[in-house]
Amino acid sequence: MGNNVLIETKRLKKYFPVPAGFLHAVDDVNLTINKGETIGIVGESGCGKSTLGRVILRLHEATSGDVLYDGMNVNDFTDDEMRYMRQNMQIIFQDPYASLNPRMTIGQIIEEPLKLHKMYKTAEERRKRVEELMQLVGLPMRSYNQYPHEFDGGRRQRVVIARALSINPQFIVCDEPVSALDVSVQAQILNLLMELQKKMQLTYMFISHDLSVVKHISTNIGVMYLGQLIEKAPKNEIFNTPLHPYTIALLSAIPSTNVLKRNKKIILKGEITSPINPKVGCRFAARCPFATDRCHSENPVFEEARPDHFVACHRWKEVADGTLKFDL
Amino acid sequence: MENNVVLSIKNLHVHYVTADATAKAVNGIDIEVREGEALGLVGETGAGKTTTALSVMQLIPDPPGIIVDGEINFEGKNVIYNTDRENQKMRGNGIAMIFQDPMTALNPIMSVGDQLAEVVLTHEKISKAEAKKRVIDLLEIVGVKSDRYDDYPHQFSGGQKQRVVIAMSLLCNPRLLIADEPTTALDVTIQAQVLDIINKLREQYKMSMILITHDLGVVAETCDNVAIMYAGHIVEKGTVREVYLHPKHPYTRGLFDSIPKLDDDATELIPIEGAISNAADLPTGCYFHPRCKYCQEICRREQPPQQGDAHKFMCHFDLFSKEEA
Repeated sequence: MGNNVLIETKRLKKYFPVPAGFLHAVDDVNLTINKGETIGIVGESGCGKSTLGRVILRLHEATSGDVLYDGMNVNDFTDDEMRYMRQNMQIIFQDPYASLNPRMTIGQIIEEPLKLHKMYKTAEERRKRVEELMQLVGLPMRSYNQYPHEFDGGRRQRVVIARALSINPQFIVCDEPVSALDVSVQAQILNLLMELQKKMQLTYMFISHDLSVVKHISTNIGVMYLGQLIEKAPKNEIFNTPLHPYTIALLSAIPSTNVLKRNKKIILKGEITSPINPKVGCRFAARCPFATDRCHSENPVFEEARPDHFVACHRWKEVADGTLKFDL
Repeated sequence: MENNVVLSIKNLHVHYVTADATAKAVNGIDIEVREGEALGLVGETGAGKTTTALSVMQLIPDPPGIIVDGEINFEGKNVIYNTDRENQKMRGNGIAMIFQDPMTALNPIMSVGDQLAEVVLTHEKISKAEAKKRVIDLLEIVGVKSDRYDDYPHQFSGGQKQRVVIAMSLLCNPRLLIADEPTTALDVTIQAQVLDIINKLREQYKMSMILITHDLGVVAETCDNVAIMYAGHIVEKGTVREVYLHPKHPYTRGLFDSIPKLDDDATELIPIEGAISNAADLPTGCYFHPRCKYCQEICRREQPPQQGDAHKFMCHFDLFSKEEA
């Protein structure tokens, strides 16, 4: 461990005030991201995965807790320092139709961060860099003077990626970067992201609800439920020996294209409960078939069950040794 | 053979005509759906899936949409020549549709119970009390508690709303259900719940279904047959098992190669290069040729014929049969 850690969150919380109280979007998340890895964050909509990404980048101020970037506490930075830090941390948003200014050309869009961070002195140098980036992400040179509306989703997402890469970041939060794209185009963008990671030693936090995509791209996977990180492990460990009942149900629910092997699905009862003023106890308890009184009254601890495999469940030991099994 | 066919579409062409351009959304498709059958209609954005569904429902916005050619026979009657009155009778009773976005499919200023009862009262001559009872029964079946009858749509979560929409589509026992991306807006665990409900109800009511989606996994788990659409053509059609195990069209192959598979770690994704052609400016010859790895001279010139019997595909060649044999 030690100096290989790029980002560490400590008891990170983000609460949003709502009329009924506080919405616990991110609640007590301890997450470590190593240099060069891709951490996939999965969970249902509303589980706080996007908010987590944004709090790490300080696009939202944390309610409490710390985000350490390379050992430095991000929350302590002044605005100027933060602007400087942003050169290292970028984000790619889900919707490439909303994240590009329709009145700027592709060239201007990719050039803007370079101007903002005063990275090159002359316009020629900037132009050269923009052309380099366009080549890197596979955009033809003639698109330099085109506008976003002339592009389809896949090519727009390439522009967004070029813009994020323009200032040589180390860390990129990819917030559902391929969800708005068709599968044939999605594969192009996933391949591009993986190729760029190799080339530029990038660290990704890859947020998605599509588990097959996350499995394909990630080295580690974290599962979130109602604002909390409930399980985290290397991807094969998560897929082969999940310990949290929610993770097990989630994995079984993925529709598979394998027509030869039909897996039985675990159909959970009920839906994700409200993240506003949650009660004490495990947040999954209301839907969990194994919940006991303890689950309803005591918060489970996020503990290391196996090397590198963390889980927050009172009964993970019984799941691990096979005493607890879902009825199929 | 005609007797248990519920829906048969023949050579359907639908265009959207504006002053600037004519977008050819559907370009001669044939579909047959039998009693109790579930057909998956798969394709990417702009392939013409929803236009096909709206044509069947007689809901193509006109202008600019025009059904240029073809027949849509529902229970032996060509619905293209239906009057508005006949259409209204057909919708709900005969064919029902579930739209993609449950958030916009419900009336926000009417309680859920009332808008469901309205459907029954429109189609059948029964008392309000009976209608209410029917609604409550069906809501229970899809998993919405009866005490939510007087709640408004904004008080429901996405999954609950989609259940309400499903209940609404089933109120009058339709013979054919068209579900347009019914679970795309939902999370996987909720998606599993909703698909489970649809499957059970389909069996119970012996209903036929056309499931429109871009998710090949969802089709594999709910449908008997599948039709792959590309640029307004059905490029491949057959049983789910046949098409998934032995895809014969390069586009179908490309789709399978480009999705990450859960039980297969090592594979690298092989994307289909380029993007779907603009429907207002379709290429000559095979519509897929600009993106096809196997493109030959003839593909640029001539539209491919349809090959095969039970497992049909639209290509000049039979590229993959040999390598499998």
